[in-house]
Amino acid sequence: MRLALGLALLVLLGLGAAGAGWMQSWLGADPFAPDLLARYGEASAAHPLGTDELGRDLLLRLLHGARVSLSVGLAVAIGATGLGTAVGLLAAWCGGWADAVLMRLADGLLALPALPLLVVLAAVDTGRFGLPRGEATSDILRIVLILVAFGWVGTARLARAAALTQLSLDYVAAARVSGASEARVLVRHVLPNIAGPIGVAAALAVAGAILAESTLSFLGLGIQPPAPSWGNMLSNAQEMVFSAPMQAVWPGLCILLAVAGATLVADGLRRG
Amino acid sequence: MLRLIAGRLVQIGVVLAILSALVWLAMGLMPGDPLDLAMAADPRLTAADAARLRALHGLDRPLAERYLAWAGAVLRGEFGFSRLYALPATAVLWPALRSTLVLLGWALLLSAGLGIGLGALGAARPGLGWLADGLALLAQSIPGFWLGILLVILFAVELGWLPAGGMGEGGSLAEAARFLLLPVATLAFVNIAAYARHSFAAMRQEMAQPYIRTARMKGLPERQVVWGHAFPNAAIPVVTVAALDAGSLVSGALVTETIFARPGMGKLIYDSIMGNDYNLALLALLLAALVTMLATLAADIVQRLIDPRLAG
Repeated sequence: MRLALGLALLVLLGLGAAGAGWMQSWLGADPFAPDLLARYGEASAAHPLGTDELGRDLLLRLLHGARVSLSVGLAVAIGATGLGTAVGLLAAWCGGWADAVLMRLADGLLALPALPLLVVLAAVDTGRFGLPRGEATSDILRIVLILVAFGWVGTARLARAAALTQLSLDYVAAARVSGASEARVLVRHVLPNIAGPIGVAAALAVAGAILAESTLSFLGLGIQPPAPSWGNMLSNAQEMVFSAPMQAVWPGLCILLAVAGATLVADGLRRG
Repeated sequence: MLRLIAGRLVQIGVVLAILSALVWLAMGLMPGDPLDLAMAADPRLTAADAARLRALHGLDRPLAERYLAWAGAVLRGEFGFSRLYALPATAVLWPALRSTLVLLGWALLLSAGLGIGLGALGAARPGLGWLADGLALLAQSIPGFWLGILLVILFAVELGWLPAGGMGEGGSLAEAARFLLLPVATLAFVNIAAYARHSFAAMRQEMAQPYIRTARMKGLPERQVVWGHAFPNAAIPVVTVAALDAGSLVSGALVTETIFARPGMGKLIYDSIMGNDYNLALLALLLAALVTMLATLAADIVQRLIDPRLAG
């Protein structure tokens, strides 16, 4: 029930994101071209949700923003889950000081307030590493890298705890006795058995990444305008709460639905 | 207990040392140093002047050397100056810290109180479980900054009851409370989710224990069974959540302060990074991390005090 509801929400937003180009040609509006004669337009047939302060269609900008948010969410979840699982497995398998160092590192990261650190990292000049500056794709890449750097911790702890339990079970000893290499034991035997909690962590990572991306974009450190993202649309809207309050409602509602969708999926997976 | 505290304090020191070095490195990678800004602000400043000033302030030396000099000064208790506010760094940091602690304190009180109450109510009356569940999902999914904007639209723009931001001038308590109401509500609501969820789970688990059946069999009124017997036991894991949540509360304060234009730590960190005020940014960041870790430690100590099984 929860799983279905969550997946339905995410699929709906995903379809919206995928259909942005089609919607654009159907409405015949360009979400990137300012039209100063149509500023703050009311909802109409040509602009179902009205227009923003530069006369750009709000619905189309929301759909393009969905592309950003969903791809950041997915990319971060894949990256953080992959890295976290690898670290967790390694820590559980090595034991000893490697385990201690990795877990102290995780503890240290968990103990810190994440957002101030994200703000510091987001302000780093990526141009010095040869990445192009100020383009939407490089913004997305930068955000994804930063969020993965912080996001792996939770998964790593979960994966470590689950792997420790599995490694002490008889089937692992049996696999070793029958001559399986350590890599095979970890990947073919332990990994499938800890997939459950890792799936939950991955779904939660999607939710966390979408929230974090929109927060950073809202603060002006994430996706830079004119590329639309739900976060930077809200940051614009905040300056206009007195003149156009509805502008602030739609992007936030989209974030809410996306995050709730991913959280419901995680809940559904957990209850299985 | 003393060993736990001593060990944790050492750990906090190590984390702060590593963090300061990493952040120093990250700030070295940010675009523009203070002299770039000074040159942009003053056209009479020539490149030769800038180079001379760089040498004077030691900005031409390698990053690692500058870091060691800075760390040595901080350990001697010299926190330097804020470039942005042209004041000693401590003169800027303390008022900001006070303002943030007030916000955090009220938000923590409200979110823990309401969250725990809600979760416990949901568990004690199974018919209300969906309410606690739904509210927790909403609180977990809603972006804090959006909630802040919505509250401003409703209470400041449409109804005009409360101010949209700032700190208030008069200094009277009632005035300060009026300015505090919306930020506290914003920050608290987002954090209610974790409390409600975990106290719900903990209460449900305790309510299924045999001692509850015993208490009911003795003929105790249901109120006493729930609040006198189950609740104290369920409170233990909830304190753990409070410890784990300290970081997200501080993060939330940063965003909330930015929306409501409250001059606290969050706004200070944001403004100082945007204004290339490296020294202030780094000190503020370390102070925020220190507050978070001390809060976590405090929660751990409380947990040991209320759970005799851990006291050992």
